[in-house]
Amino acid sequence: MRRIGIDVGGTNTDAVLIEEGKVVRAVKAPTSEDVTTGILDSLKSLGSTGVLAGKRIDGVMIGTTHFINAVVQRRHLTKVAALRLGMPASASLPPFCDWPEDLAELVRGGVWMVEGGHEYDGRPFMPLDEAAVVKAAGEMKAKGLRSVAISSIFSPLDPSHEKRAAELVAAELPDAVITCSSDLGRIGLLERENAGLLNAALADLSRDTIAAFEKAIADSGIAAPLFITQNDGTVAEAHQARRLPVYSFASGATNSMRGAAYLSGLSDAMVVDVGGTTTDVGQLKHGFPREANSVVKVGGVRTLFRMPDLLSIGLGGGSHVSLDPIKVGPVSVGYRLLRDGIAFGGKQLTTTDVAIASGVLQLGDKAKVAYLDAASCQKVFTEAARLAEEAIDRMKTEAGDVPLIAVGGGAFLIPDKLPGVSQVIHVEHGDCANAVGAAIAQVSGECDQIFKDMIRTDAIAAAQGIANDRAVAAGADRKTLSTIESEDMPLAYLPGNSVRVRVRVVGDVAAT
Amino acid sequence: MTLRELSLDDIEALAVGAWVLGTGGGGNPYLPLLNMRALYRDGHRVQLMDSADLADDDWVGTVANMGAPLVGQERLTDSLTLARAVTAMERHLGRRFRALMSMEIGGANGVRPFMAAAHLDLPVVDSDTMGRAYPEAQMTSVAVGGLTPYPLTAVDVRGFESIVHKVPTWKWTERVARKICVEYGSVAATCQPPRTGAEVKKWGIHGTTTKAIAIGQAVREAQRKHDDPIAAILSVEPGKLLYKGKVLDVARRATEGFLRGVLRLDGLDDWRGSAMTINFQNEWIVAWRDDKPLAMTPDLICVLDSVSGEAVGSETVRYGQRVTVIALPPPAVFLSPRGLDHVGPRAFGYDIDFRSVFEA
Repeated sequence: MRRIGIDVGGTNTDAVLIEEGKVVRAVKAPTSEDVTTGILDSLKSLGSTGVLAGKRIDGVMIGTTHFINAVVQRRHLTKVAALRLGMPASASLPPFCDWPEDLAELVRGGVWMVEGGHEYDGRPFMPLDEAAVVKAAGEMKAKGLRSVAISSIFSPLDPSHEKRAAELVAAELPDAVITCSSDLGRIGLLERENAGLLNAALADLSRDTIAAFEKAIADSGIAAPLFITQNDGTVAEAHQARRLPVYSFASGATNSMRGAAYLSGLSDAMVVDVGGTTTDVGQLKHGFPREANSVVKVGGVRTLFRMPDLLSIGLGGGSHVSLDPIKVGPVSVGYRLLRDGIAFGGKQLTTTDVAIASGVLQLGDKAKVAYLDAASCQKVFTEAARLAEEAIDRMKTEAGDVPLIAVGGGAFLIPDKLPGVSQVIHVEHGDCANAVGAAIAQVSGECDQIFKDMIRTDAIAAAQGIANDRAVAAGADRKTLSTIESEDMPLAYLPGNSVRVRVRVVGDVAAT
Repeated sequence: MTLRELSLDDIEALAVGAWVLGTGGGGNPYLPLLNMRALYRDGHRVQLMDSADLADDDWVGTVANMGAPLVGQERLTDSLTLARAVTAMERHLGRRFRALMSMEIGGANGVRPFMAAAHLDLPVVDSDTMGRAYPEAQMTSVAVGGLTPYPLTAVDVRGFESIVHKVPTWKWTERVARKICVEYGSVAATCQPPRTGAEVKKWGIHGTTTKAIAIGQAVREAQRKHDDPIAAILSVEPGKLLYKGKVLDVARRATEGFLRGVLRLDGLDDWRGSAMTINFQNEWIVAWRDDKPLAMTPDLICVLDSVSGEAVGSETVRYGQRVTVIALPPPAVFLSPRGLDHVGPRAFGYDIDFRSVFEA
């Protein structure tokens, strides 16, 4: 297995080559405005070391924050036609009803609500009003809308109305990009619909970005399939990622945690990723980040994305430092570190300056920070450790001591001993943990559904079968599938021993 | 007589405060709040009235949704359907209501009467029948008072209307209405058995909407100022801080149509090394500290997010959450021997004598 992992970050585009379970080479290139150039540069830089010569590459896995940034910055978004099946229910809360007004203005191309949808037990709620769907599609066409988000009541249980409506819309609008909310998972109409609307809003950006990635790989001369890393630490094939860009939203943080697991050989540990501005703390369970299971807001929109449960605090290598009284962060010099830090001739004292003064880092001009005495430096490290310790303790979910893996460029701020931590582990290539995480990503499948009149073990087995099939459909090798999450929850008030089961399986990418 | 028009800010606060008074159950008021925002945007306004301003022979409609919170996440709560439950009752009775009222102030049902009121142009009485949330129909002040347990209307958004015309007890009201609700798809908008002004004045739990708004305002104000929101709640309510900790485990099981289980917490700060477990049946029922009962129903046990101060529900509480447990004083009607029969620890199967954390 030989893979290239790429992380397109705000400052650098990192690339690593992994061969038979080892990091062969890691390189960095500046991220470019057009994305393609930065990726091409990093691939060229990797190629120039000779490690790729004459070798077959099994996959290029790219992690990117492109899509989430577009939503947060309100840029490159497509107008969306929202079609909801479920009338007469939920009429008082139409699509976009809980969006921030500025984002809704940009994205809302039109809203159509027609009869359809299902009950919690799979009975139809109302028959699908096909004539109304066709009429809506005609109106979408007249308005020039080409990206359609379809949602339906209880579609995670029975997606048939969404699928039928998608066929009818496609017949009227053959070039439309259609997102069905049932492809985005969970129970919770508004949140699932919101995910579908965001996904549809990213239709053009997704097409262009994936095309740019493909071009960069082709231009570099590497013949390998492209995969895009997902929020949950797995990858999707490029064609599927193009269809569901929202699943790539939080992949950067996930990749760094997965990379940390891989580089350290640990599958259950806390991970602290110290960047220039922020420190992210998360927890690895079975080699994957623990997911947030409540509502996650993206750009002000409530969703139920599969996102890692992370705590971010304002501590990093570029954090502002004041000595009396002692204060570290949350403000940071960010990407201006090599210009504004005192050791680099600037005026702002940062944690990196302190590390240089105390000999922890060999960088910049040590003479410029010689005025910092050992006691002051110690005070700064103690304060940084206190901030990190508090964040780590908040994210810990077990009482005993656990190992902690420290990655990222600012990992020097994490001391070797912390309360509640059995061991602090620093790893080689830890500064490229994101790209490593991308390179080793797997494929997943998930099932989240209500089962009725079934004994618990049968319900879990049924869910597992569905999740397995979904993983294989997404490109996994069936022989390598394993279940990494299984939880079941009996449902209050519902009759017939109803139980909601959520199962997630992962497997290696099938050889192509 | 004075009516007080609620501002949208009051309603935002009501949603936060009602969720706190939900004591773990009652459903998150988020969707009712979204409905209220939309109604206010469309120019609707709602009025709050004091129960003392009711005439003895006025009639008051008690509004609540019934059903599985999960179904409510797909079939979203709808203001017109709630209003229809009320008009169906008025038609059945052949009388008009003077005002509406909450059945339970705790959780989503604390906001729903206002959704109906916005369409019907009726005021909402500042009283309810639980002072919190409870899982069963006989766990109300009006049931403790032995008031008539019928009729009840249950409507569905598709136009179905059912009436529970006559039943002998509140347990039967619950049983028959629940059957209708399940057939509808496990969600129904209901107008509970009608009350006279005299009954509301005698048996209602008063000032609970105002109380929920005050709690919500305290939390929101503290969030804005980055103050401690839990201290803010305790500054407006005579509550008691019981515990701070982290969720270690939550075991859930559905029995007899309820979500039952145990929440286990590990202490933080002053409570380090001390364990708390809380039994729940939709709502938090008994909190045990180091295996001794510390707080129990009808005292309100509120589990709050330690950072935001907002309530944490028994359906959504999860591993690792930082929570603070406080107790709020119970409505006096539940402290009588008859009240304790309905909602004391034994009503939930715990063989312990009720002892309030507010005694001594």
